[in-house]
Amino acid sequence: MLKKAIRILGVVGALSLSTFLAAQEEGTPFPFTVYETYADFAPVMAQDNDTTYVINFWATWCKPCVEELPYFDSLHVNVAQKPVKVLLVSLDFRRDLTRKLVPFLAEHPLKPPVAVLLDGKYNDWIDKVSTEWDGAIPATVVYQGGKRIFHGEQFSSYSELTDLLAELKQ
Amino acid sequence: MKKVIGLWFALVAVALIGMSAVQTEPGLAVGDTAPDFTLRNIDGKMVSLADFPDAKGFIVTFTCNTCPYAVMYEDRLIELHQKMAAKGYPVIAIQPNDPEVQPGDSFEKMQERAKEKGFPFAYLLDEGQEIYPAYGASRTPHVFLLDKSRKVRYIGAIDDNPQDETGVTRRYVEEAVAAMEAGNEPELTFTKAIGCTIKTKKKG
Repeated sequence: MLKKAIRILGVVGALSLSTFLAAQEEGTPFPFTVYETYADFAPVMAQDNDTTYVINFWATWCKPCVEELPYFDSLHVNVAQKPVKVLLVSLDFRRDLTRKLVPFLAEHPLKPPVAVLLDGKYNDWIDKVSTEWDGAIPATVVYQGGKRIFHGEQFSSYSELTDLLAELKQ
Repeated sequence: MKKVIGLWFALVAVALIGMSAVQTEPGLAVGDTAPDFTLRNIDGKMVSLADFPDAKGFIVTFTCNTCPYAVMYEDRLIELHQKMAAKGYPVIAIQPNDPEVQPGDSFEKMQERAKEKGFPFAYLLDEGQEIYPAYGASRTPHVFLLDKSRKVRYIGAIDDNPQDETGVTRRYVEEAVAAMEAGNEPELTFTKAIGCTIKTKKKG
């Protein structure tokens, strides 16, 4: 049974990888939104409605970031019926999108949507995400309307992440 | 009288405790005096800033082997040292990660990497991880530019384009040194950049 499951998973993985790679070869878009500049991305951080947005900044090369991704996967599933949206913003480099990010996503399919922010003029935009942010990743912002919480380190558990959402509601 | 003196001491003690409690953000700000240190260099010798009596300043750079951002800056750090050490501002690189958490940053791996790249600057291990918190380094790479008296003149990134050296428009550290040489305050004294967290054993 387990073997079969692994085999199916393997096939699915291989299929999705080949789909991604084929998509690349055909010049079709990446399986994620690409923001070239922070100006393009800024509206993502300023949506003013009843939804709570959970924005996580990560990269495939960042080990603590990759370690905490399962918490965002779980959150995305558990809040499916609620006005909560999770977005995983990769800060992978332009040259690594095809080479690293696409294969990573094929190998570790992530449930929340993924975006890439390529703007390398970090000093111009880090403060716009949060003045509390020093630039180290992982970093996460949870916001709803004008209420905003910044978390500048790795989550050590799933409940630490959900606590942040509860804190926002207080 | 004794009572009064006792009360006075008690008040001072309370005030001091109160002050230390307010200082929740450890680390240095521009204008502060940075502490000296004695850390082991990759050649096995202990290095302190006091060992450079002729230096006009120091480019203290927290960096490591394993962070892609630090790796992207290796060649630029070598160039920076070659250019700036001649002017009296050597690069002093400090590796802040705990090798038990990040084995790729062990002392032996530091020696290997320094040899591969031919680091012309001191590459020190922050053994015990006491120096990076004292400076307030929070990521790699993270530069603290000090003057001769160890006063902090600039904190931040080396330049404004980690991914592509050809696209650099601001060389923050070089600009700050040039300003110091001219007797001025650097135009930018603090910048932020994406980097890797400093790896340390989880608390508790």
